[in-house]
Amino acid sequence: MSEAIIWLTIFVLAAFVGVEVISKVSSTLHTPLMSGANAIHGIILVGAIGVAGHAESTPVLALSLAAVGLAAINLAGGFVVTDRMLQMFVRKKPVTDRARPEVER
Amino acid sequence: MTVPPVWAQLVYLVAAVCFILALKGLSSPKSARRGNLVGAAGAILATATVVITGNLDHLMGIGIALAIGVVIGAVGAYRVRMTQMPQVVALFNGVGGCAAAIVALVELDEIAQAGGASTFHLVATAFTIVIGSVSFTGSIVTFLKLQELMTTRPVTFAGYPILYGLALLSAVGFGVFLALFPTMVAGFALAVIGAGVGVLLVLPVGGADVPIVISLLNAFTGLSVAASGYVLENPLLLIAGTLVGAAGTLLTKLMATAMGRSLSNTLFGALKGGSTLGGGQASDRPVKSTGPADVAILLAYASRVIIVPGYGLAVAQAQHTLRQLVDLLTERGVKVDYAVHPVAGRMPGHMNVLLAEAQVPYDQLREADDIDSDFRNADVALVVGANDVVNPAAETSPGAPIYGMPILHAIQARQVVFLKRSMRPGFAGIENDLLYAPQTTLLFGDAKDSLTKVLAEVKTL
Repeated sequence: MSEAIIWLTIFVLAAFVGVEVISKVSSTLHTPLMSGANAIHGIILVGAIGVAGHAESTPVLALSLAAVGLAAINLAGGFVVTDRMLQMFVRKKPVTDRARPEVER
Repeated sequence: MTVPPVWAQLVYLVAAVCFILALKGLSSPKSARRGNLVGAAGAILATATVVITGNLDHLMGIGIALAIGVVIGAVGAYRVRMTQMPQVVALFNGVGGCAAAIVALVELDEIAQAGGASTFHLVATAFTIVIGSVSFTGSIVTFLKLQELMTTRPVTFAGYPILYGLALLSAVGFGVFLALFPTMVAGFALAVIGAGVGVLLVLPVGGADVPIVISLLNAFTGLSVAASGYVLENPLLLIAGTLVGAAGTLLTKLMATAMGRSLSNTLFGALKGGSTLGGGQASDRPVKSTGPADVAILLAYASRVIIVPGYGLAVAQAQHTLRQLVDLLTERGVKVDYAVHPVAGRMPGHMNVLLAEAQVPYDQLREADDIDSDFRNADVALVVGANDVVNPAAETSPGAPIYGMPILHAIQARQVVFLKRSMRPGFAGIENDLLYAPQTTLLFGDAKDSLTKVLAEVKTL
């Protein structure tokens, strides 16, 4: 198999996986799912770090460090904001009980 | 690029599996949070691996840039109010797209110095640059719209279709040019054109449809990252980007369906004209306005009340007051439920997040399909800061931008009470005939103030 075909194969299979894994999501989770998927493409950080580490001129270094920073915002911010959203979905005892007895229902 | 050692490639594979499990986990409420954490773990693994095995120079600079990015992202994500979340997701998506475009530009520089590369590589590079740029500026515009820093209404102008067409053509043209003559000039030109296309893509999208576009741009960034994975010969980037591209595309379609919109209508509806958008200003048709005491009596002596929460509730941070009122009514023997429309708030699922934040019990949160038939037995439908989701125009005016969206039939309740700040139309920018219906009364004011007053009145009864 030629190299290009191998890459194409990975691409096509990954596309099917991407569709399959989320095909049964309920509308309640659309927002967190979008946010989580958004965090995942922040993995461009790995690419940004790679090119920054091999930069041979100052402009290239500056550009790729900017990419590292931006990708890190995407990655870290994405996962944190998704987690904050999903925390809301977990039934929890209020940590700061404002001296108000919680009515069990 | 130097080829990473075998164990590093295996770690990348593990990270890719983590991302698949993350998406899988995120599609079910029970496993969602764990799924997200698995994804984050995969990302940390992969990042650590590239730092250790990449033979990197400039580690100091990389560390600083990384730390700055992580701090900005994490602090921003912690600070943001839940009501502003959609636009923050848009912003994170935009910077990701920008990062992908920059990475491709830097790689292009290397290719230009090396004197060329295979056509596939060059095409993928061009693709990453242009799509990353589209995603970047498109996301910025969606942010501005959702933050209401610019008009939320569709923006078009004479000659828009021609300009748009020219922009798309030149994007393709410069892409081909870049593949034939890989120079930095072509790369930057392509980035600028992509940026222009991004702006033009989002401008004609109306406020209510913006979330669908965020999801679409999210898929774009994914595809751009996937292409960069091919350029950098990194399978992890290819897989992660493709996953997001595919899942994001499907999610965009699902969201559009939940809102009763087609994607082409979302993107180009404003161009076809014929949309009956209202002026976006207050109307002066007569309405019945009422006071907190009357609303209190109506609610306290009802036997069945359905609450329709909307974005106005969240903006006023009135979730907690509303919950107190509902608790009090329940104690009095009134049966109260929340009817949560899939797109209440700013995007599908947003209202569930907001009400869960206020610790509203799950069993009171009812999905639209499930509770819609109950309205005809309800004494009062209390619409708090919602508008478009109860607008009968979705069924009666084929030209309306929300036409076809499933709505809650609050109109069938014996009495309808709107808590509204003003007569301004909802996010979709169209008038709501339900406001003028004979069974409707309006209590004007900030949702939290109004609810506090109603709560006090109910206590005196």
